[in-house]
Amino acid sequence: MKLVAILLDGLNYSAWLFLVAVGLTLIYGVMRILNIAHGAFYAIGAYVCASALGLYYSAGLPEAGAFLMMGLSALVAGFVVGLLIERVVLRKLYGQDEVIMVLVTYALFLILSDAVKLTWGVESYYVFQPYAYFGYIEFGNLPYQVYDLLVVGLAIVAGIGLWYWLNRTRTGILMTAVVADREVAAAMGVNVTRIFALTFAIGTVLAAVAGAATAPKIAVTPGIGVEVIILAFAVVVIGGLGSIPGAVVGAIFAGYARAICVHVAPQFELFAIYAVMAVVLAIRPHGLFARAEGRKI
Amino acid sequence: MMPTLDFRRDHLFVAVLALLVIVGFFLPSWMRFLIQTAMASGLVALGVMLQMRAGLVSFGQGLFFCIGGYAVGLLAAKAGITDVALLLPAAALAALVIGLVLGLLLSRYREIFYAMLTLAVSMILYGLLVKAASLGSTDGFNIPAVSYFGFVPDQAARPDWSYALTGVVVLAGCLGALAYLRSGAGAMLDAVRENEIRLSYLGTSPRVLVFVVYAVAAVLSGLGGGLWAISSGHVDPEMTYWTTSGQFVFVALLAGRGSVVAPVMAYFLLELLRTYALDIAPNAWQLILGSAMLAVIVLLPRGLWSLVARART
Repeated sequence: MKLVAILLDGLNYSAWLFLVAVGLTLIYGVMRILNIAHGAFYAIGAYVCASALGLYYSAGLPEAGAFLMMGLSALVAGFVVGLLIERVVLRKLYGQDEVIMVLVTYALFLILSDAVKLTWGVESYYVFQPYAYFGYIEFGNLPYQVYDLLVVGLAIVAGIGLWYWLNRTRTGILMTAVVADREVAAAMGVNVTRIFALTFAIGTVLAAVAGAATAPKIAVTPGIGVEVIILAFAVVVIGGLGSIPGAVVGAIFAGYARAICVHVAPQFELFAIYAVMAVVLAIRPHGLFARAEGRKI
Repeated sequence: MMPTLDFRRDHLFVAVLALLVIVGFFLPSWMRFLIQTAMASGLVALGVMLQMRAGLVSFGQGLFFCIGGYAVGLLAAKAGITDVALLLPAAALAALVIGLVLGLLLSRYREIFYAMLTLAVSMILYGLLVKAASLGSTDGFNIPAVSYFGFVPDQAARPDWSYALTGVVVLAGCLGALAYLRSGAGAMLDAVRENEIRLSYLGTSPRVLVFVVYAVAAVLSGLGGGLWAISSGHVDPEMTYWTTSGQFVFVALLAGRGSVVAPVMAYFLLELLRTYALDIAPNAWQLILGSAMLAVIVLLPRGLWSLVARART
């Protein structure tokens, strides 16, 4: 029984971690920016979704359409905010040291967190209807929310979609070229700034989607982005910064580490994920899926 | 290539800081308390700044701030040892021991990985502390009043004593950091930042240099945490949360790498700004902080201290 619970919780938590982390790793892989503001984009996704759902339900429209609303609000919010930030701030700072860019995105994180507070106020938003909509199914005699299983589906769709896009579409392949060598790609006529803008926008959309998917399960309050960002960091660092298969493996490692802890030794819940990260880094300094890089003299 | 800032005349600025500390003694008590906590935290920011000289950004310096604070807190509240003559050395020692152990692992890492891994270890401690019910979980716990080398000041005189203690220890910390920066191991931090491989070709181990700077920063931060705990009479896991560490990085960045007193002074500026900003616009404090940070990165990449340095030449 406990085993089934661990398996399901682990799966669910891994899927959620993947959704939260994949945008982060995509942005790092292409742009070499470790984006702390990712947590703020997650929060914005959750807030916009909560507001949109609030409007939708008060208009008395059919309940099933709410899911379309969730997806749409996340897409629009993520794309608009991401593009805006990229155009207005980041574009002016490309070429800075990676560590400086971390600080830039940290500053953006602080600014956006307060912008969220000023826009939506400090009280909580609750939109539980989509979570309750599907009811639950039973595994043995363990009831399980169908919504949680749908999040797993969403993560799989997001992962496969991203893989398809990066490997099978023209823009995606150009993006991989930029990852491999920015300068050569630019010399070959790839519009690197356009690719950057697009990557950043897609990364923020992914963060916003994760936020929107989580909104019905939580109280949407100020500060929800703070914890998310460090969890996402742990996941991408375990897998190797910038690697999408790495994000999958990192999410599974971290997700199951937490699920096992919650059921076996709950006092180590938060500790578990970082412990896994520290152990992985001690053995593979640059993460499980990192490419070897030569030292430059 | 810009000339690296040297520390030949930095003693002068430590003297200026000492003077300011003495002036602070006569300021209203709220202002003096602000200076006191700013000095304690500034010592941690100084630790971050030292690592920045080697091009390394520690996004988890709150770890040692917290270790120092909890070392003092545990000894005072749980073991009944309440004299600063034992508490502060214990804070420094605890930070040093953990720093030496973690330094073995962390000195292998550079750039973003150094930032990430320092963050990870600080969050491990956070994860442990919030689940430690006997230590008050997220609330932390209070610390009883301390004695000073056997002397127990009465209620009214306590703030004077803790202010004086903080001032003296922070000034000593600045002088210590200065002595370190002027030593061979400290001077070579610039070389680690500029070109590590050439440094190893010349027969020096960058790894050892990074190990040493990490340990030195750990001790300074542990002391800062200990002082902060004594000053505020309270410790909680927030001390090792990543946003606290982020603030230390912000201050080190704001201050620049040019002087050992710059982080302490920059921390005071920050606390002052925070006091007024929270008064005027409580929900926009982070917005102001973030905007200031962006402005510094874009306009003053070498920190506020570069203004002072420019005025001097």
